[in-house]
Amino acid sequence: MVEMFVDITLFVMLVATAIAIVRMRQLFGVVMMAGVFSLLSAMLLVALDAVDVAFTEAAVGAGISTVLMLSTLTLTSRIEIPATRSPLIPLLVVTVTGAAIIYGTLDMPSFGDPNAPAQVGVAAQYLAQSPEEIGIPNVVTVILAGYRSFDTLGEVAVVFTAGVGVLMLISGLRRRRRKPDNESRGKTS
Amino acid sequence: MFLAAIILLFVAMLFVLIRLYVGKTLYDRVLAANAFGTHTVLFIGVLGFLMGRPDFLDIALLYALINFVGTIAILKYFRYRAIGDAHQKPTEQEIGQ
Repeated sequence: MVEMFVDITLFVMLVATAIAIVRMRQLFGVVMMAGVFSLLSAMLLVALDAVDVAFTEAAVGAGISTVLMLSTLTLTSRIEIPATRSPLIPLLVVTVTGAAIIYGTLDMPSFGDPNAPAQVGVAAQYLAQSPEEIGIPNVVTVILAGYRSFDTLGEVAVVFTAGVGVLMLISGLRRRRRKPDNESRGKTS
Repeated sequence: MFLAAIILLFVAMLFVLIRLYVGKTLYDRVLAANAFGTHTVLFIGVLGFLMGRPDFLDIALLYALINFVGTIAILKYFRYRAIGDAHQKPTEQEIGQ
């Protein structure tokens, strides 16, 4: 009952924020609202007991995405141009896709079902054996850093490569932008 | 008692969201986003006690850190017009006055 109340309140706020984002034309405000949207989804994930997913959502959605979108705004316009074409066809495509996704969820097992395919595989074995085999109290940590440590190592390598690539791109862009900027400023003043 | 706390917290979130949607100037929106981050920290704390498992209280501290870093980045953007480079200040039209 209490859980239901919390979930529904959070979902109502999430939908209201999404509608406000769509109706907004000033892109600064959209970035702020996108941060709040991400915090709301993080709260929903905490309410669903997925604390690690919630933290990733908050760090990526409210932290890094805000900074990246603000950096993008420095390179483009700050005011959204109203669409000239009719939004009917995109609306139809989105509605059909959403209906298909909702239709797909009808076959899924209900929330917390012990007979769901995700629960009957190796999960029970992990839960039973991880205290003796590895001895870390958090089973998620055991799976990520113990049983699937090579997979995690590969992921870390991918994320590191992506970070280095982005840093190189941004620093190269800044160096190129600085020179013509100074010249144009000298001309106008 | 925690139920009353969480209901009042939702009411406070509602006020902040109204300020975020209506937002006379841009700075109101920045402040609203920052205040909402603080409410997230409070929500995670209260929800832990409401469900009887306050194990994730330390996670709330990390949200406070994210909120702080995000606000610093936004304000730095206002001050210098760019995250890493120095540029001009925002115009009146963009602030929304």
